[in-house]
Amino acid sequence: MRRAGVVVVGGGPAGMAAARAAAGCGVAVVLVDAGPKLGGQYHRQYGPADGDRFAEALPEAVEHLANATVWAVEPVAGAHRVHVRVGAVDDPSRVGRVLETRALVLATGAYDRALPFPGWDLPGVFTAGAAQALAKGQGVAVGDRVVVAGTGPFLLPVASSLVAVGARVVEVAEANAAVSGWAARPAGALAGWSKTGELVRYAGVMARHGVPYRSRNAVVAAHGSEWVESVTVARLDRDWVPVPGSARRVEVDAVAIGFGFTPQMETAVAARCRIVDGFVEVDAAQGTSVAGVFAAGELTGIGGADLAAAEGEIAGLAAAKRVGAVVDPPLRAMAQVRSGRRFAAALAAAYPVRAGWRGWSRDDTVVCRCEEVTKGALLRAVERREVGAVRSLKLVSGAGLGLCQGRVCGRNVAELAGVEDAAAFARRPIASPIRLSELAEE
Amino acid sequence: MRITVDGEEVEARPGQTVAGVLLGKGVKAWRTTRGAGRPRGLFCGIGVCFDCLVRVNGVPDVRACQRLVAEGDDIRSQAGAELPS
Repeated sequence: MRRAGVVVVGGGPAGMAAARAAAGCGVAVVLVDAGPKLGGQYHRQYGPADGDRFAEALPEAVEHLANATVWAVEPVAGAHRVHVRVGAVDDPSRVGRVLETRALVLATGAYDRALPFPGWDLPGVFTAGAAQALAKGQGVAVGDRVVVAGTGPFLLPVASSLVAVGARVVEVAEANAAVSGWAARPAGALAGWSKTGELVRYAGVMARHGVPYRSRNAVVAAHGSEWVESVTVARLDRDWVPVPGSARRVEVDAVAIGFGFTPQMETAVAARCRIVDGFVEVDAAQGTSVAGVFAAGELTGIGGADLAAAEGEIAGLAAAKRVGAVVDPPLRAMAQVRSGRRFAAALAAAYPVRAGWRGWSRDDTVVCRCEEVTKGALLRAVERREVGAVRSLKLVSGAGLGLCQGRVCGRNVAELAGVEDAAAFARRPIASPIRLSELAEE
Repeated sequence: MRITVDGEEVEARPGQTVAGVLLGKGVKAWRTTRGAGRPRGLFCGIGVCFDCLVRVNGVPDVRACQRLVAEGDDIRSQAGAELPS
């Protein structure tokens, strides 16, 4: 097996910046990305259009592996092996490739957190990221009349993208009291000034299209038999408990929900990186606790595309240095990381997830969508047997044992069951399902 | 390009995902669950949740949100747990 120089996993803002930075030092880079085009979620390109504007702009030293799924990361003496399947998604015709490297950059990003409520498993309930991906990547609106609900500034670009593809956004329900949250940390808000400008633009789109923005409101139930026909929106108190008598029925054919983000951690966990408070711990050079493994972007904390790109640049240079390149300290990127992290801390403080959500679901509400485990069944399983950790929680309840491997339900069922260390759900030795015939080939 | 969805011919463009084609046609659900037989369609849209599984050219459990359509694809909805044919 020929050793690659630097291997970067993930083609979003962090991964692209890492690949460019390492290649800029003369190091050969393989950039592995699951998508057909680079950009990740934030810079998602329109699928049916010709070309890939990011791939075309990459330095020659970068080999871009598109449609490439990393299904395992294996530590070997002094290096890591990245096992990849390349080709049509989930198809047995995919071709295997193994990349061995002494300098691995993980930039796998994050996905939306969805909280369960009665009816959240009906077709027509989407994550905010799904609505965004369909609008930007496919030019398709998830519905004609859509409520966007959840918490955080990401709800605004989602609503804005929906409007752009012709949907009517009936309202945006923000579960927190956003304005006072920002005011509590003026220094942090100031550090994210460029982002604030972006938000003002989205707010302008909302105003022009007459989209009501209601803070301390949430979708607490979705109704319909085969798909969503209406939702219940309620006012929330500061702990997110619905205020009695505040429930309103709103007719919709789609709902987009997003309660912040969960990092996509299985490759970092497989590489045995230390995880602290749900994120990969990194030093000033984006190095993880494992020599030769670097992490950048949402894996190290939720902070958005600018911070991710700055971290990616630093990680790419540090990885290049590890394989022998001479590198100047990236002072500008390091300053961007410092201010970006202040902004991220302000975001996290302004848009927390409050415990009241646990009361939105009923006994018969599915909490694990794959295995169809209800909240009642989960709580009864936990009551009957002593459950101290995620592994036993999965085994006694069945939650998190399905195809998504607890990506969607992990944090939620851990909180409902009172189990700490929800990050343990990210122990997924097979990071993405592969066919038995593919495994046999490997 | 031409593909078929549950036997019906549908026009599609390169770069579209299976989910993009289905939702673009107004189809909201294309799978039923193993346990309660409940309808499911797209949920996370970015390949994470495995809710949007669909059968493509006889192969079940393909993520519709991630799979790009190809000329002549035979797309079929999927009921419960299906074995490859």
